[in-house]
Amino acid sequence: MSSQPPSRSRRDFIRHSLVTVPALGLFGGAAIAPGRASAAAPQAYAPRYFNADEWAFMQAAVDRLIPADDTGPGALELGVAEFIDRQMDDAYGRGELWYMQGPFAPDAPATLGYQLRFVPRDLYRAGIKAVEQWCEKQHGKGFAALAPEARDQVLQQLEHGSISLEDVPATAFFGLLLQNTKEGYFADPMYGGNRGMGSWKMIGFPGARADFADWIEQPGKAYPLGPVSIRGDKA
Amino acid sequence: MKRMKPVDVVIVGFGWTGAIIGLELVDTGLEVLALERGDYRDTSPDFSYPGIIDELAYGIRGELFQPLARETVTIRHAVGETAVPYRQYGSFLFGNNVGGAGTHWNGQHYRPSPEDLEFHTHISRRYGAKFMPADMQIQDYGVGYDELEPFLERFESICGTSGRAGNIGGQMQMGGNPFEGPRQHDYPNPPVADTYGAKLFADAARAVGFHPFPQPSSNASRPYTNPYGVRLGPCNLCGFCERFGCFMYSKASPQTTILPVLMRKPNFALRTNSHVLKVNLDSAGKRATGVTYVDAQGQQVEQPAELVIVAAFQMHNVRLMLLSGIGKPYDPASGSGVVGRNYAYQMMSSIAVFFDKDVAINPFIAAGSGGSQIVDDFNSDHFDHGPHGFVGGGYIIGGQTGGRPIQQLAVPPGTPGWGAAWKKAAKESYLHTTSVGTHGSVMAYRDRYLDLDPTYKDAFGQPLLRITFDWHDNEYKMTRFLSDRAQQVVDRMKPRQSSLTIRQPGGHYDIRQYQTTHTTGGVVMGTDPATSALNRYLQSWDVPNVFVTGASAFPQNMGYNPTGLIGGLTYWSAKAIRENYLKQPGPLVQA
Repeated sequence: MSSQPPSRSRRDFIRHSLVTVPALGLFGGAAIAPGRASAAAPQAYAPRYFNADEWAFMQAAVDRLIPADDTGPGALELGVAEFIDRQMDDAYGRGELWYMQGPFAPDAPATLGYQLRFVPRDLYRAGIKAVEQWCEKQHGKGFAALAPEARDQVLQQLEHGSISLEDVPATAFFGLLLQNTKEGYFADPMYGGNRGMGSWKMIGFPGARADFADWIEQPGKAYPLGPVSIRGDKA
Repeated sequence: MKRMKPVDVVIVGFGWTGAIIGLELVDTGLEVLALERGDYRDTSPDFSYPGIIDELAYGIRGELFQPLARETVTIRHAVGETAVPYRQYGSFLFGNNVGGAGTHWNGQHYRPSPEDLEFHTHISRRYGAKFMPADMQIQDYGVGYDELEPFLERFESICGTSGRAGNIGGQMQMGGNPFEGPRQHDYPNPPVADTYGAKLFADAARAVGFHPFPQPSSNASRPYTNPYGVRLGPCNLCGFCERFGCFMYSKASPQTTILPVLMRKPNFALRTNSHVLKVNLDSAGKRATGVTYVDAQGQQVEQPAELVIVAAFQMHNVRLMLLSGIGKPYDPASGSGVVGRNYAYQMMSSIAVFFDKDVAINPFIAAGSGGSQIVDDFNSDHFDHGPHGFVGGGYIIGGQTGGRPIQQLAVPPGTPGWGAAWKKAAKESYLHTTSVGTHGSVMAYRDRYLDLDPTYKDAFGQPLLRITFDWHDNEYKMTRFLSDRAQQVVDRMKPRQSSLTIRQPGGHYDIRQYQTTHTTGGVVMGTDPATSALNRYLQSWDVPNVFVTGASAFPQNMGYNPTGLIGGLTYWSAKAIRENYLKQPGPLVQA
């Protein structure tokens, strides 16, 4: 699916060399709600697309969109921020799956579909910047530094379009963020999210088993087997 | 321009109809060439397990779909508005590569009801011509059910369709569809076993007095060898069907039914990465001389041919006819012209059905079409429309096609879209939720049509196809009527909760929401060159050595999935080419 541009390795090198601060250090370690096991996992991954500030936003946002609690794992611990970062560096993130020829008519009726000039990675860049500016103005600090309840409130305002952002429709940015968060939460773990098939275990989806010939003769009976991943891991 | 050695027949697009007509014509000894703009694809390695069981790559990112970045369509709701591009997939999903959308369909394999094929005549006779709104322009296909039946059966036998007949030679059969037209024979395979959700639906539907039956499905219920000698394997209900290729060789596709034979024929050739720009005509515009395409190196190539079969997807067929100047383009102001006329779609509603924790639906145990149950009581003209004031109808379907969590996880109404409450609802609902849907017809109207967009272009600089479409009142009435009856069944299923999604009057066609890929019309078949682009054999009235296959030939859209009729019409057309056209090339019907 991905077609790598020739300068890939050099760009990666430059990006990685810029992101040397451990991610959690950016907001003092305490900013992310200390939900069940939500702290440790993301440290190992160095983002390829998002810069340090954006990466802090992404972690703080996905942690609220699907928080960790007794029901099941949260998006942060399942690696959803990593998933989205990796997607940004793929054909999808670069907008290569979308028709992106102009002219653009952003004011066309919503029912006629997406009409912004932003490809996903640009929508994130512009959206995060605008939300951070709004948070600084409104709260005097960045999104990731806000308390969990305050972050929820910002996300709700984005969802309902009650925040007006510079250059970016808030609902479009929020819609993409939520869609990609759920993708990372539920996709096969090989894309960086859904670590340990945590979401699949929670809901009871058997993943890539994909063979129920024997079970169709037992309608209504609970399926007993746990998930497997495409690469053959069992949970 | 590079000029290739002439061939007898060139086929544009290598999906279902290109494969069917390819094999039918190769058997006459003609030299046949198919041009496909995508790549070669086959079950192994492209659809093999476990790589294909990847919801993100195939279900969400659309790995098997036509890349919209290079070519899409534009859309507007009404004449006079400015259309904008369909930039991301939503409402319908174009196929790409060898096999086309025939690799990522669900295998819902229906025949039309007999009246569907002579719809204008039938509705006028039963209800009077005034029953139809003034701007509705439905018409007859020009071929009747009895004539077409052997060809519908032929396609089912190639696909190994699984199902239960309801009417064999006029004899009603227990457990089949009592509303279907008479069949000569039963289905080649018995139905796939019901999923649990479908079973609950069927029990409830019977209890309210409807007539449920197993959905006819080109997901093979057992090992099957088709008349070409190609083997299909039994469906294992993997839950990855629509949007995916089938790793089990169970879902009928060109790859699993025709290509193993066709690709070995010495007088057949396939060129992939060959994008046809236009059908070339002689100076008088009365005869096709071949096609011009862009090859994998990006160079333009002229391919001379005696006979041109336009066999791409419905939208692409219409566009190619417009780009080639074959047939007069439709003008909605005057109502004259034929190419682009009578574009239609389908209208769906769906009900998520939530049960308590003691009901194990196991949504991931599912096939694309096998294992679902259907109520056909309210389709076509299976009931008296007189009191209800609309034309058309649809079927009600019970059961789910999979439990893929990104796309298919439903939560009860009122649940927030994210956060702890969403997650809790997702966890509690997932294993205990099934679905009931309605699949409804859309009629043709004077102001709903296709033409070339004045602004937007594809990667080769050619204009995109423009859709002018919105719902009419007739369809809002249809979906309300059908959905009320679906809700009746759902209530009888006694779920904990249910949630109806329905399109309401005052709204607009929303291209963001997937409904079906069953877009139709634009190069319709018929009996009158003033209102159809093709005669009853799918032959162009204007350029008789051009035939156009696919749902672009449907004069309006029925409540059924189109593939069964598409295949049947293609076999019907192929026979006419073989037995009549080739003996005496020229118009098969005098205008």
